[in-house]
Amino acid sequence: MLEHIVNGLVLGGTYALVAMGLTIQYGIARIMNLSFGDTIIAACFATYLLFTTLNVGPLLALLVIVPAGYFLSLGVYRVIMKPLVDRAPDAGALEVDSILVTFGLLFVIQGVLLTVFGGGYTSYSFLNQPLSVLGTAVAVNRLLALALSLGIGAILVVVLYRSHWGMILRAVAVAPQSAPLFGIDTDRAARTAFAVGGALAATGGVVLSMFQTFTATGGVVFTMKALIVVILGGKGSVPGAIIAGLLLGLVETFVAAYVDPGLTLAAVYTVFLALLLVRPNGLFGKA
Amino acid sequence: MTCLPLQAARAVCRRSAMLATVAALSFAAPMAFAQSEDSITIGYAVSKSGPNAGGSDMTVTPNYELWVQEVNAAGGLKLPDGSQKMIEVIAYDDRSSAEEVVRAVERLATQDEVDFILPPWGTGFNLAVAPLMAKFGYPHLAGAAVTDKAPDFVKRWDTSFWFMGGSADYVDALTEILVAQREAGTINDRIAMISVADGFGIDLVKAARPAFEAAGFEIGYDKTFPPETSDFATILGEAGSAEADTFVAFSYPPHTFALTKQAKVAGFNPPVFYLGVGAGFPVYPNIAGGSVEGVMSLGGIDPDNSLNAAYRAKHEEVIGRAPDYWGSVLVYASLQMLGQSIERVGLDKAAVAKELSTGTFATVLGEETRLEDNQLRAINWVGQWQNGQFIAVSPDGGDGMAAVKLPKPDWQ
Repeated sequence: MLEHIVNGLVLGGTYALVAMGLTIQYGIARIMNLSFGDTIIAACFATYLLFTTLNVGPLLALLVIVPAGYFLSLGVYRVIMKPLVDRAPDAGALEVDSILVTFGLLFVIQGVLLTVFGGGYTSYSFLNQPLSVLGTAVAVNRLLALALSLGIGAILVVVLYRSHWGMILRAVAVAPQSAPLFGIDTDRAARTAFAVGGALAATGGVVLSMFQTFTATGGVVFTMKALIVVILGGKGSVPGAIIAGLLLGLVETFVAAYVDPGLTLAAVYTVFLALLLVRPNGLFGKA
Repeated sequence: MTCLPLQAARAVCRRSAMLATVAALSFAAPMAFAQSEDSITIGYAVSKSGPNAGGSDMTVTPNYELWVQEVNAAGGLKLPDGSQKMIEVIAYDDRSSAEEVVRAVERLATQDEVDFILPPWGTGFNLAVAPLMAKFGYPHLAGAAVTDKAPDFVKRWDTSFWFMGGSADYVDALTEILVAQREAGTINDRIAMISVADGFGIDLVKAARPAFEAAGFEIGYDKTFPPETSDFATILGEAGSAEADTFVAFSYPPHTFALTKQAKVAGFNPPVFYLGVGAGFPVYPNIAGGSVEGVMSLGGIDPDNSLNAAYRAKHEEVIGRAPDYWGSVLVYASLQMLGQSIERVGLDKAAVAKELSTGTFATVLGEETRLEDNQLRAINWVGQWQNGQFIAVSPDGGDGMAAVKLPKPDWQ
């Protein structure tokens, strides 16, 4: 029982880590980023490259790849998203436009990765050592994912709910039309949120690459998982993403242990459906 | 096409699907098309993107490229009259879509009118194109396809050739080893078995259940998992409490790697540790982060076979990485047989098919390779990592195989 809780939380930590970036991009910048998973994969490959050619460990690589994720996303927003934002008559239209354009972006990132790295399976071993947590042997790299997602989540919550800057971001998330009336630069807020989301995707990629096998075309799996977590947690809600991520991890683990490993996906979608029936806007979502 | 689980996104999804089709069309543009009378055109559709890209990129595509390069470097394919013609390649990306691969093969046959068509990667895809290949009369050298139905297929499509055996072959060879080890007292009569709920896993586990039980083994843990599974902590934990000395996983590479990593973390080390696709990849020890001594899987090579060693060296030199220890050499041998058939009977497709069926060939598998009922049977079914190489094993060794070494030593 205890081991399943530990394993479930560790697995859920990964989901939460992946989903936080998407929820910020979707909730605040209002960009439904379908290329999110491919950004994660790009970070996986960058980590792999640094590790195998320059012998830079993934933890050190975070210092390079996370800022790179931030600034690249900033660039993507300025060049590709900004014209859409300016053009969109309302939030719904922006959502549709952003889905279409990021769907294209997905293929661009995938194509570049395929050309550079080929289509093969990539994996390496780092920090794959056991650490006993309450009597359960857990891989250090997976534990790191959990610790990072909780840590980053806590920092984000503090920043969003306790700082002036966070208040601005929340204002843009809640009322993008009214925020400018208070002198808020919504464009800047959205840009920053999108870039922070990109930095989080990069963080997720670096950590995931330590224990997960990835291919140049595997990004869509991460996007889907993140999307489920985001919608379950309520769009734009960081605590929602963390709790939904951990919940999914626990559900998968308990179903695998007590019912059947073949039903883990079915269980995830059942929880997803059931929760949306009760709370259509997700756990922490506002109508 | 993945769609968003959002009601509002339904319309968007429809539009996205349309976009995907547009993308598909542009992706399917031929990568090279220069046809002339002085050359032989060979076409193929392989998965360069999508979920099958990893498998294609390991076992199929590099061997096609290697073979074409070698043949052209030697002045081209020889014909019966002693002349030589260079090979021109027309390659398509099937994007891991069965519809796409069928469309591409049809295009190769009707529009590009290539001389020969090489098959795609995977059992399902080979079955998808088999009727077309037969319809247009192309010899179908199914290199990367495991199927128990091969004896039926060769009757239905008499120009089809199967090079990788069937699930029952792999399972029976493993069972033979397990029975011998049980008699020697190395292992008990319990097996814990997991399998991926997808083509390969389903086929293998279907063959394994009756075979293990008929041999007197009790399958204490028998579960399938979805292909998306990335975390095996719970599954291995449950399998570990089944008190089985034999652990069998019919898995795909991502699962194989994850299972290995998790087994090391959890200190799960049963006497027999048998995994699916991926354990025979040259990168496997590296991915596992150290010694994988004793891990078993499908395939394996004879390290004393100089033909195979030369092939491996050439593959590494031309492609830049080593071939896998299972399907690669079989795919390459099938191409050599095609080349030699053309040399003997020319470009007539029916004559080539007949020659493939009845001829004897010098390939990387041996000086005298021949097919039995259009199927290659001289295949290594079980392999084991021994001293840094993935070697073909049998209960007692001999005949190009080493004796299996069990119990598996501790993870290091």
